[in-house]
Amino acid sequence: MSEYRYIGRKRRTKEDPRFVSGRGRYVADVALPGMKHVALVASPHASARIVAIDAKPALAMPGVLAVVTGEEFCAGTDSLATGVDAPRLTRFALAKDVVRYAGEWVAAVVADTRALAEDAAERVEVEYEPLPHVIDAERAMAAGAPLVHPAHGSNVILHKRFVWGPVDEAFAKAQHKLAFRATWGRSATVPIETFGVAAQWNAGTEILDVWASIQMPKYPDQVARALRLPGNAVRVHYDVDVGGSYGVKRGLKHTVLVGYLARKLGHPVRFIEDRLENMRGGDMQGPDRFFDMQVAFDSDGTLRAWKIRAVDDVGAYAGRAPFQLGKPITAICGPYRIPAVEYDATSVLTNKTPQEAVRGFGQSPTNFAMERCVDRVADFLTMDRIELRRKNLIRKEQFPYTIPSGSTYDSGDYHAVLDKALAAIDYPALVRARDEARKRGKLAGIGISTCLEPSGGNSAFEVLLNPKNETTTWMDSCLVRVDLAGSVTGVMNTSSSGQGHESLVSTVIGEVLERDPSSVRVVRADSLQALPSNSPVGSRMAIMLGGAAAGAAKRIRETLVAIAAHNFECAPEDLEYRGGDVALKGAPDRKLTWDQLVEIAHRKFHRMPPDVEPGLQAKFVWEVPTGGALPDAQGRVQIYPCYSFEAHLVYVEIDPDTGKPSLGRYVCGHDCGVMINPDIVHGMTCGGIAHGIGAALYEKFSYTEDGQLAAGTFMDYLLPSAMEVPPLAIVDHCTPSPLTTFGQKGSGEAGYLGAPAAIASAVNDALAPLRAAIDTLPMSHLAIWKAIDAARHPERSEGSPMARS
Amino acid sequence: MSERLYAIEVEVNGARRAAEVPVRMSLVDWLRDELRLTGTHVGCEHGICGACSVMLDGEPVRSCLMYAVQANGHRVTTVEGLAKPDGSMSALQDAFCETHGLQCGYCTSGMLIAAQALLDANPDPTGEQIRDAIGGNLCRCTGYQQIVEAVELAARRVRAK
Repeated sequence: MSEYRYIGRKRRTKEDPRFVSGRGRYVADVALPGMKHVALVASPHASARIVAIDAKPALAMPGVLAVVTGEEFCAGTDSLATGVDAPRLTRFALAKDVVRYAGEWVAAVVADTRALAEDAAERVEVEYEPLPHVIDAERAMAAGAPLVHPAHGSNVILHKRFVWGPVDEAFAKAQHKLAFRATWGRSATVPIETFGVAAQWNAGTEILDVWASIQMPKYPDQVARALRLPGNAVRVHYDVDVGGSYGVKRGLKHTVLVGYLARKLGHPVRFIEDRLENMRGGDMQGPDRFFDMQVAFDSDGTLRAWKIRAVDDVGAYAGRAPFQLGKPITAICGPYRIPAVEYDATSVLTNKTPQEAVRGFGQSPTNFAMERCVDRVADFLTMDRIELRRKNLIRKEQFPYTIPSGSTYDSGDYHAVLDKALAAIDYPALVRARDEARKRGKLAGIGISTCLEPSGGNSAFEVLLNPKNETTTWMDSCLVRVDLAGSVTGVMNTSSSGQGHESLVSTVIGEVLERDPSSVRVVRADSLQALPSNSPVGSRMAIMLGGAAAGAAKRIRETLVAIAAHNFECAPEDLEYRGGDVALKGAPDRKLTWDQLVEIAHRKFHRMPPDVEPGLQAKFVWEVPTGGALPDAQGRVQIYPCYSFEAHLVYVEIDPDTGKPSLGRYVCGHDCGVMINPDIVHGMTCGGIAHGIGAALYEKFSYTEDGQLAAGTFMDYLLPSAMEVPPLAIVDHCTPSPLTTFGQKGSGEAGYLGAPAAIASAVNDALAPLRAAIDTLPMSHLAIWKAIDAARHPERSEGSPMARS
Repeated sequence: MSERLYAIEVEVNGARRAAEVPVRMSLVDWLRDELRLTGTHVGCEHGICGACSVMLDGEPVRSCLMYAVQANGHRVTTVEGLAKPDGSMSALQDAFCETHGLQCGYCTSGMLIAAQALLDANPDPTGEQIRDAIGGNLCRCTGYQQIVEAVELAARRVRAK
């Protein structure tokens, strides 16, 4: 049984009742008096010079207030920040002089209604002169390629090479080596709610109020800078429910645009992306990456070293997205004992929609490439994939375990989690089922992946990839307040997009104060009242917000004990805190109750200890555990503190005539330390798996040769439905983290970090009898069919058809 | 350009609602912007995601693909109309809370509409039938597992009564 009274136990969330009754409040529900609406004019070209814009016909239409172009907008605002060291790269919400991708916003039309704004947007005449474009990362790196940002002088905006440990020596001594390319297709999280923002400028107070569907660290600061406003002139209201994000809801350019329009026009202005605006010009596509993998290993299956060259197509502009090549450094050898690693990371500009942060921040593509590597080694040695993993997984007794790139894994028992998953799926029976299906003429396979989920990040990859950046803290905070009536309120400082943070905060505060969590209210400060927060990114809130809430609640508890000690004229050690009452040890009748203590704190200064503030509230700002340091000379730094582990097993059958895969049993063994709310953790893990199924089999932002997005609707960008996602079973294991308040680790990216690798493993196992293999995601029906066809008809094969689909 | 208005009368969540609407106004825009029934959400506006699902005479429909004028003379039920007459949660809503069959809540209204329509027609659905019934409603948070569990739980509880 758990040592906790609320943590880890089944508990309904605080958020669900308002959502099932239709009482959520999303940004599209924010209706401000006199509010105006925006529609956008988007570029039809991947690369072009803007010759002329004629807005007069649009402006003449009734209900139209303004048409703003890049000329005006870029003069009135500053560029958004680029995360990497590329000072000549500028980025504005509206293009000026040139457009760099199809869908880029060229002009914004403001009207009384969205419908009128759309009507008018169609009347804005833009004359373009098409320019050469490039939409392939390797071509973009080649000499003579069209430059996306000529001022930068190259399409490469980041190139870093790290060598950790004796890599060349390991490759020289190893008995075998393998090399191959793994490719991760451009997909994203694609929330069902598009991005939206509403803003209102108050000329009296000179404050810009912002309501947005946002998940973005340091968002108010960046909005204020771009609008040339002081930081305290932007007030972001975090009490807006966000309809899904999983990383991508960064919306900086949207917010700067709407803020500018609201201030210019003196009306509240709202922009809600339609689906095409979201998919094409919303700048929310994800990693688009290939990995040239080399691995050195021995005949007994011992992995000695690997070299990873990762090239990522970041699209036409960059914010934090290139840093998605940085987070994987914190788990660059996966869950395996690999003593030497080389990592060569390149971020390349192309004429495609800009990339944004996606669940896992680059870890899932990297896990996919590493797991393909492990499966290929097993195949080469004709060794069982599970035995190979068991041999190389870090063993329980080796924690804390420091990897070559400098991060120390806090804790884990990978073998136990894998064994639990194998038992839950009845692995021998699954193997028999696969073999019988194969006898019936089916292509059947079992997928396996063992992956890490780094969590609680302190963003140290920023420093690693950009030496001009010295970020070494990524704190989060909580304020706990007990009012005169004795009610407890937790104040958090960011918005949520489904992670159940109100449940998290109330459970943790309830645990520490021994008060019923359902009586603890959780509210969100706006950004001018908020304590520091870095928003729910990097699977960090259970660790960071949970730790901050616990820290603040502990201070309340200490204050209550101090008040009692003062009144009993004894030492705090002589007292016992129980359920909010404080009693003398050994004399439970001699106590001050919760109500009495609260009353003293709020009204009776004469009964307060001399060094304690009246009122009853406490804040706690928590630095990321293990954070705070700059990298050493070899580029070694602790990037994330906690490491959750997941072992996926999945069964797939493929129709050999159509290439259509059907997923069968799916088990995920998962260890994220102590779970604060198991239902929330399981839900996010299942959601991550579904998202991984999409990335592995269905979802791709495809582009035509002329640079047009060919997947701008849900009819061609395919999200998995309940018919594609099989029943999912999560098997829990708990290895507490020694670094966190309750032993919790992060879990917001769970499932997604191992599912694509597992499904790729399953499809390749199914293709193995044909001696066919696919190393490119997504493995669409067509790609699978082509692989089958090429294997069956080698005479028809021309190169590598699957690599091109 | 002033748009021509048409008079409509629709029964929404049991109440008669009369209005004059532009012919091109979608049903979802009318529900959300004019009636302020913001529980129904807009996800894709091309009929795929199902977030905007409402019941029209008891059948789930996409309110983004219908014009408000097409609802004239019909009965519309939105998520706000699913609660019991006393305002407390329906068995299905309660089951979604029990299994945590949602996260961000954005697809939830449409899921509830699709699942309620299923349970109205089939009080004892199999897991496969549940997946089929919600197969036209996309969720990015849950992977559907806890949604299916919620519908199964609600069906069990209603049958046990």
